[in-house]
Amino acid sequence: MQIDINQASSYYRQMLLIRRFEEKCMELYSHELIRGFLHLYIGEEAIAVGVMDAAGAEDAVIATYREHGHALARGIPAKAVMAELLGKAEGCSRGRGGSMHIFDAKRRFYGGLAIVAGGLPLAVGMALADRMMKRDRVTICFFGEGAVAEGEFHESLNLAALWRLPILFVCENNGYAMGTALERSESEQNIAKKASAYNISASQVDGMDVFAVAASAKEAIAQIKENSAPVFIECLTYRFRAHSMFDAELYRDKAEVEKWKQKDPLTLLKNQLETAASGSQLDEDALEKEVASVIGEAVAFAKNGTLEEVADLEKFVYSEEVQQ
Amino acid sequence: MSGTITYREAVRAAIQEAMQNDERVFLMGEDVGRYGGSYAVSKGLLEQFGGERIIDTPLSESGFTGAGIGAALNGMRPIVEIMTVNFSLLALDQIVNTAATMRYMSGGQFNVPLVIRMATGGGNQLGSQHSHSMEGWYAHVPGLKILTPATVQDAYDMLHLALKDPDPVLIFEHALLYNSKGELDKQAVPIAIGKASVHRQGKDISIITYGISLFKSLEAAEILSKEGIEAEVIDLRSLRPLDDETIMASVSKTHRVLIVDEGWKSGSVSAEIMARINEQAFYELDAPMQRVCSIEVPFPYARHLEQAALPQVDKIVTAAQKLMEEL
Repeated sequence: MQIDINQASSYYRQMLLIRRFEEKCMELYSHELIRGFLHLYIGEEAIAVGVMDAAGAEDAVIATYREHGHALARGIPAKAVMAELLGKAEGCSRGRGGSMHIFDAKRRFYGGLAIVAGGLPLAVGMALADRMMKRDRVTICFFGEGAVAEGEFHESLNLAALWRLPILFVCENNGYAMGTALERSESEQNIAKKASAYNISASQVDGMDVFAVAASAKEAIAQIKENSAPVFIECLTYRFRAHSMFDAELYRDKAEVEKWKQKDPLTLLKNQLETAASGSQLDEDALEKEVASVIGEAVAFAKNGTLEEVADLEKFVYSEEVQQ
Repeated sequence: MSGTITYREAVRAAIQEAMQNDERVFLMGEDVGRYGGSYAVSKGLLEQFGGERIIDTPLSESGFTGAGIGAALNGMRPIVEIMTVNFSLLALDQIVNTAATMRYMSGGQFNVPLVIRMATGGGNQLGSQHSHSMEGWYAHVPGLKILTPATVQDAYDMLHLALKDPDPVLIFEHALLYNSKGELDKQAVPIAIGKASVHRQGKDISIITYGISLFKSLEAAEILSKEGIEAEVIDLRSLRPLDDETIMASVSKTHRVLIVDEGWKSGSVSAEIMARINEQAFYELDAPMQRVCSIEVPFPYARHLEQAALPQVDKIVTAAQKLMEEL
């Protein structure tokens, strides 16, 4: 396997940023600076980083409530995300969204949506609009394997295939819908196979391997454009932390968690570099320092941020402020 | 240009003109194309605009309503038709959790210029799963606008206004109104969203209503007039926002209030209007406010039972008479 050191270094830096960002979130949560629900992406970083590498600036991204990683990989500044988590006016959603509702119009990042499978119908409509307006764009829609049990998943896959829409469906299969294991919720556990039933080109990929994810996403996007039809990627992954900060993890074995940690996407990337024997190595210390500085600035920015005026509580309910 | 046409034709004309004038407008829903629309509103539009803009969907209310939101977010001006309000409950997640919240939770970055039309109301003997008036439920939700055109003019105007609105607008068309006829003046300046209109001036009692109940109320007002009771009849037109100003002005003039709503009483728009009058004009009242609403049953099939469940002219007359007897 040929590995470009610059590419590897860039992936590693992005995944490390997400990892350290999430760890910082956990710390700030315990200090009660972040409240509400907090869903960490630790363990799953390779998916967002790999897919975003394949995404063009004009493409649209729709993610879930576990989306800090996607936001950072899409290029939303860490300080804007952190300020949002601290509920500040400088946050990317002006403090109205929080952890589960990160948005950025400039980067075509449409959430941060917290109803499981709720983003899939949106992707259908976004892609429909692109096709109607003859725009050469793809809509990338992330969701967890838990979404597969929802009706909206099936309605959306059917519509996307029926209308041949330019959508990249990315299923992040981390094995658990909150505390319910896939085998306890689905009669057919191969999700790619389910997607195939809708006549969608679908495959499984190692979601811990950033190179594999990126390659798969690049190929998928080329295929979507060539065939004017959706493509489905199921990324097999695992979350190393609890579902949210309220989760005591009674539903899974510590041994299972430890087993998956052996496949840590950051470690895997380092191992891939070593076996590639290209002679080049990551400068881990430098990357750690760089990431620490970005996060340090983000936290300072968020802490120093201002609180939205309570007088503006009703702002943004409607485009013109309508008297009720 | 003016003339007498049906409510159905007025809605169709508005869709047609909007699609001619704006390439971003399209119509999507169950059987809107080849079938011609379950209430024949879109008949002929497929032939005129083609299947790319008159889009037949599978029976996936949540899927295609959400697709309408996505298309709206991505620069289009979709009109989503849902067959009846009962079916819209399958799309409730997309309407309430996404369309209504997008602008707010994104801190003003993403608005949703989506129009959703659907049939509402009873009277066609369609039983308990096709006859209810749930527009009042939707009026509960901040982020949505809820329109209830009663007249042919409003059926036409409101669709145009809704398409110009940058936020999600739900239009509730009473199924029994599609065949009703009225004057349409296409040059008339439309009454803005959120404004009620006074259809009949009166000094004795305010009858506040919307949708098909407007016509029942006007008929009742004529009967009352022969008895010397002059009722003022207000068509709310919009359930969200509600036009408090027009309501309170009328209450201050007549001092007696009767609300007529085909929805059920409990937790309803009629209850909301009473609450607002209580808050804003309590001391103007000469008598307790009254309501004529649908009886609280899932709608029955048998005609005599269904008619008994609905607000009727005689019920409105009786309620108004009783209200006038109060000191």
